[in-house]
Amino acid sequence: MIGDVTIVVDGAPRIVPGDVTVAVALLNAGVFAFRRDLSGAPRAPLCGMGSCFECRVRVDGVANVRSCLLPVRDGMHIDGVG
Amino acid sequence: MTPRQQRTSVDVLVVGAGPAGLTAAAVAAEYGASVLVLDQNARAGGQIWRHRDPASMPGIARRLLQRVHDARVSIATGARVVDTPGTGEFIVDFRGRVARQHAGAVILATGAKERFLPFPGWTLPGAVGVGGLQALIKNGLRIAGARVAISGTGPLIFPVAAAAAEAGAELVLVAEQASIRALGSFGLRLIGKPDALVQAARYRMGFWRTRYYTSAWVTRAHGDSRLHSVTAMVNGRLRTIECDWLATGAGLTPNTELAQLLGCDLGPYGVAVDAQQATTTSGVWAAGECTGIKGDQAARIEGEIAARAAVGVPYAHGAPAMRRRDAGVRFGRALDRAFAPRAELRALADAATVLCRCEDVRVGDVDPAWTQRQAKLWTRIGMGECQGAVCGPACVALFGWGENVARPPLGGPPCGAWGDALAKDPGSVS
Repeated sequence: MIGDVTIVVDGAPRIVPGDVTVAVALLNAGVFAFRRDLSGAPRAPLCGMGSCFECRVRVDGVANVRSCLLPVRDGMHIDGVG
Repeated sequence: MTPRQQRTSVDVLVVGAGPAGLTAAAVAAEYGASVLVLDQNARAGGQIWRHRDPASMPGIARRLLQRVHDARVSIATGARVVDTPGTGEFIVDFRGRVARQHAGAVILATGAKERFLPFPGWTLPGAVGVGGLQALIKNGLRIAGARVAISGTGPLIFPVAAAAAEAGAELVLVAEQASIRALGSFGLRLIGKPDALVQAARYRMGFWRTRYYTSAWVTRAHGDSRLHSVTAMVNGRLRTIECDWLATGAGLTPNTELAQLLGCDLGPYGVAVDAQQATTTSGVWAAGECTGIKGDQAARIEGEIAARAAVGVPYAHGAPAMRRRDAGVRFGRALDRAFAPRAELRALADAATVLCRCEDVRVGDVDPAWTQRQAKLWTRIGMGECQGAVCGPACVALFGWGENVARPPLGGPPCGAWGDALAKDPGSVS
């Protein structure tokens, strides 16, 4: 078991278990708009396994990172969600 | 897991660290080959053995990982092939570091993904895949007390419903789109597979409080910023059911993108292979779900057959392993037939339903009489981030279009990493 880590979601620090993916950390934190479509409607993970890219977020300044494939890391910044 | 020693050239490159890929890697390495396994997930195991804590994996998975470790196989996780510039050459994205990798032989064990047929509301947050919900739960999603509706097809429903119930979710609907008649024909085949029957029964016990409906499916999802209810066809009548999560899917479909890049022919079930698991491209073998859905048991045998062929000690025709593999393949094809999506599922979307989620193309934006290529030129369908991974199989089912055509780079590596690799290694431009 890995201990808790702190991730920063749109500037707000959040303590999450260290053994979850970024997608799961966001969903558990009540984030349901990982991105928005052209009409502004929210989108969130669909396939959970790296195929659909609906979970893509900006991580530490890198855009379009599939959050369902990426484990959380202490100090990680996730931006543009919510 | 990080590779113990990152070699830029190996005898055998295995793509995918699920049951087929891990078995292939172990067998090839035990015959003396240097082996590198790539997997885009954070941990080895594939979808079926996805885990956070290795101790929670089934014994067979732990033993196989130990065997892979003992055989000195390198496993690179968070790694994927993005391009194949020449024979035996691969451009690999190792967690953002893009580098060239050489291999004498390659074994594709790229697995399968979920097939989605669009319906109104399927883009709402909270609407996920059946396998998607399972993956999220295995990765730590908290759904205790949440209301979960499952509307899918095939044996996958059972472990997912059981996992959701075990995680404390309230199952408000478990719907199998196939008819009881189709299930019956499939059930008869299970009599020859007592292990599968016992496993199915164990999963069913896991959600015994909830009724399992056949000829039932979700027709529409409702919500604003997230899902709050679904409309479902149950017992021939439409019902509205409040829920927090909807797990939906229309079966599994093989991941063939990398095989396409390597020039491998596709068959009706996935990557086309011969009795030795050889694809139509020299030096490229394929094993597991990417050659057709068949389950982990047959996938492991395919991995073994492919590895032995790749290292030059192929099984003789008619060997027991080949016969067991053939039985597994036949079982998988029977599964495909029994759980084929019913026509009603192809008629759920209306003109305003999103078809291509990346490019916001709606069903009414495309003319089914177009070819896939025409549709791409007119609407950009299938040209977004997922490169048609979701809408491609949907269009095959809805319009009878051909298989989505894969093009490099796969999985869109960040431009910076890509540019760095090209600057250091101009030869990798294909």
